[in-house]
Amino acid sequence: MLKEIKILKSHGVQYVKDLRTQKVAERFRGRPIISNDITDEEKKQAAALCPVGAIDPTKGSIDLGRCVFCNECAFALPDKIHFTNDYRIATNRREDLIIQPRGDLPLRLKESEIVPQIRTFFKGSLKLRQVSAGGDNSCEMELNAAGNVNFDMGRYGIEFVASPRHADGIVITGPVSKNMVTALRITYDAVPDPKIIILVGTDAISGGLFADSPAIDRSFIENHRIDLYVPGNPAHPLTFINGLMDLLGI
Amino acid sequence: MNRKYLDIKANPAICNTEDIPVLPYHEFNDVVSGILAEESNHCLAYFAVPTGENLQFYIAIADDTNNSIILTSFTAERKSAVFPSLAAKFFQLHGFEREIHENYGIQFEGHPWLKPVRFPFNRYNQDSVIENYPFYSIESEELHEVGVGPVHAGVIEPGHFRFICNGEKVRHLEIQLGYQHRGIEHLMLTKNSPLQRCILAENIAGDTAVGHALAHAQLIEILSEPVANETLHIERCIALEMERIAVHIGDTAALCGDVAYQLGQVVCEALRTTVINTTQLWCGNRFGKSLIRPGGSNFPLTEEVANNILKMLEDTGRRYVEMTDRILTLPSVLARFEDIGTVSREQALKLGLVGMAARSSGLLRDIRISHPFQFYRNFEVHPVYHSSGDVLARALQRKKEVEESIRIIQSLITRWKESKTTVSRPVYHDRLRPSSLAVSLTEGWRGEICHVAMTNAQGEIQQYKIKDASFHNWMALALAVRNQEISDFPLCNKSYNLSYCGHDL
Ligand code: SF4
Repeated sequence: MLKEIKILKSHGVQYVKDLRTQKVAERFRGRPIISNDITDEEKKQAAALCPVGAIDPTKGSIDLGRCVFCNECAFALPDKIHFTNDYRIATNRREDLIIQPRGDLPLRLKESEIVPQIRTFFKGSLKLRQVSAGGDNSCEMELNAAGNVNFDMGRYGIEFVASPRHADGIVITGPVSKNMVTALRITYDAVPDPKIIILVGTDAISGGLFADSPAIDRSFIENHRIDLYVPGNPAHPLTFINGLMDLLGI
Repeated sequence: MNRKYLDIKANPAICNTEDIPVLPYHEFNDVVSGILAEESNHCLAYFAVPTGENLQFYIAIADDTNNSIILTSFTAERKSAVFPSLAAKFFQLHGFEREIHENYGIQFEGHPWLKPVRFPFNRYNQDSVIENYPFYSIESEELHEVGVGPVHAGVIEPGHFRFICNGEKVRHLEIQLGYQHRGIEHLMLTKNSPLQRCILAENIAGDTAVGHALAHAQLIEILSEPVANETLHIERCIALEMERIAVHIGDTAALCGDVAYQLGQVVCEALRTTVINTTQLWCGNRFGKSLIRPGGSNFPLTEEVANNILKMLEDTGRRYVEMTDRILTLPSVLARFEDIGTVSREQALKLGLVGMAARSSGLLRDIRISHPFQFYRNFEVHPVYHSSGDVLARALQRKKEVEESIRIIQSLITRWKESKTTVSRPVYHDRLRPSSLAVSLTEGWRGEICHVAMTNAQGEIQQYKIKDASFHNWMALALAVRNQEISDFPLCNKSYNLSYCGHDL
C-alpha cells in the first residue's frame, strides 16, 4: 500500500483541467489559415502538390475532410498557408470542413442543424459503440485516449460501450473496407433509436488516400445522415471531445 | 559464383532483377529447404508477380549469421501451377503459400490447409467471401464453439476469433482476418506520386507509422539516391525508439487493465501520453506521421526538441521503472501473468516468429542487430530476450525494451550533438532505378517490417510487397491460448497486441 501511495505521488495530477483551452504543441496541425492574397498561381501550385486533392485549384480552399495534415502545402507556401494548433475543427456539416482563404475564423457547429433529440436524450450521458472499418489504429488509439486519465471524457458522461444495444450511436473510423460493410451495418442496426453517427478521421470522412481504392465501399456513409465530422490523421482526442461537447451543448 | 541464389550483405538490399537466379521449381524447393534448415535463416517475403501468361515467384530470406538477404526465384505458367508445398516442411511459410494461393489460385500440395488470408479485392476466387470463411470445427458432444468479432468489445480493430472450448478451456483458436483490407499494395502501384506513397506507408499501421514509413523511405532511397547523412540516420533511429517506448508503455497499461490493476493502467496511460506528446512537439503528430520522408526530413531535430526528449525520458523512465517494479512483483498480477499463454522457443522457431514475440520466447531475432540499418550500423543495440514465453515474459520484455530504448536514445542524442550535418528537405524521387528489386527491413516495435519493391524498365514500381511482423506472429496468439482458460484470452491478446490493418493491408 505504501508503495502505491508513493507511486501515486510521483504520478501527480495528470488530467487536463479545461478541455476547451488546453494548449497543445505549436507544431500540431489543426485549423489552417489560408491568406486572402493567395494568388491563382499559388492555388494551382498547392492543389497540384496536395497528395489527396484537398485543395481546390480555383478557390484555394482546403477540405479538412480530405486533408491528411502532411503540411506539404504550407512548406511550399509558408506565407500563404499556415496550420494553427487550433484543434477545434469538428463540424456537423460536411461543407463547413472546407476552409476558405478568408483569414482566421474559428470553426463551430451549425447549431440549427443539430437534431434536437441529441441534446434532450444524450446531454448527460452519451454511450458510443466504436466501429473500425479499415482504420489504421491511430484514430482508434486516440479515441481510447479520449477516455484515459488525461482527457477523461467520462467526466461528461461520454463513454464507449461494448454492446451496440447499450449505445446511443456509432463512431466510425477508417475508409470502410468492403470486408467490413456487413459488420458495420449489423452493428448500426443493433443500436436502438434515436441514434447518432460520428465519423472520426480523414479516412472515415472522405476515404482519404483510400477513396478510390477498389477495396473500399463508401455506400453506408453516403446513405446515412452524419451528426459529427471529426477530422484529423488521426483525430486528436481534444478535437473529438470538443466536437462532442459542442454537439451536446456542454 | 553461386548460381542458385543471390546473397546480399546489406539492408536495404538491391539488385538487378535479372541477376536473381531463376530455378526450376524442384531445385528452388531444394535450395530453399537447404537454407531454411538453418535456424538462423527465416523467410522475409515470398510472393508471385504476374508477367503475361506466367507468374514469377521470388523469395527473400534473412540470414542472421551472415547479416545478409538471400534471393532466389522460379517461374511457372499460371494455369498449370501445382507445386509440392514448402510449408509442409517449413511451417513458417504457411502464410506466404496461402497468400499466393489466394491471389493467383496456385495449388501447393501437402500444405496443411490453404485457407484465405485476407480476402483481397483482387483475389483469384471471387466466390470466396469473408462471411464464408472455412473454419476448422470438431464434431463432439463435449465441445462448444465461441465466436468473437469482427466487432470487439473495446475500441479496437476488427477480426474474428473462433474458439473451440471444452468447458472454460480453449482447445483451439482460429483467427480470421481480412476485415481491414484497404488494397494498400495495389495503391502503391496506382498512386503515382512519391508523396502519396509515403503517406500510404505511414498509414499501413498507424501505431507503427515510423517503422513502416522508414522501411519505405529506405527502399525509395536505395532505388534512387542513397543518403549518407549521419545526422538524419540518428534522428530516424530516435524516432523509431520513441515509437517503441510509447507502444510498450501503452501495452503495459493495457495488460494491467486486463487484470484489473487500475493503478498500473492509469499510470502507464499517462506515461505513454508524455512520450507521444513529445513526438508531437517534434513533428506535430503524436504518432510521428509526416516525420519520416525519403532523402531528408520535414522536421530536422532541434536542440530544443532534443533536450525535451532527454528530459521526458529521464522523468518517464524513472516513473515507468518505479511502476513496473511494482506491477511485476505484485502477487495478484503475477498470478495472472505467470505460466499463461506460453509459446516455447521451439514453437516460435517453427512459426517463424519475429520481433518481441520471438524474443520473449527466447528466440533472438532483431533486425537492428542482424541486419543493421540507418545509425544502428554504427551503434550497438543490446539484445533483450526472455525464455519463458508466457505473458509474464512479454510484460518483462516490454519493460526491458523500454529501458534499453531509453539508453539508446540517450546515447544517440549525445552522438547527434556531435554530428553537425545539416538535414535537408525530403526528396520525392519520380525516377527510380529500372529493372531492379529492392528489399528494405526495419525493426518496428512489434518486430521485423519488410518492404519489397520491383521496378520495370521505365523505372516505375511494378510490384510492392509489404510485410508487417504480425503476418508471422498472429499464429503465436492462436497457440498461446491453447489449453488456457478462455478468460485469459484478452490478456494473451494484449500481451502481443498484433496489427490487424498491418496484416490485412
Ligand atoms: S496539409 Fe492537407 S491540404 Fe496541405 S498538402 Fe497536405 S493533405 Fe493537402
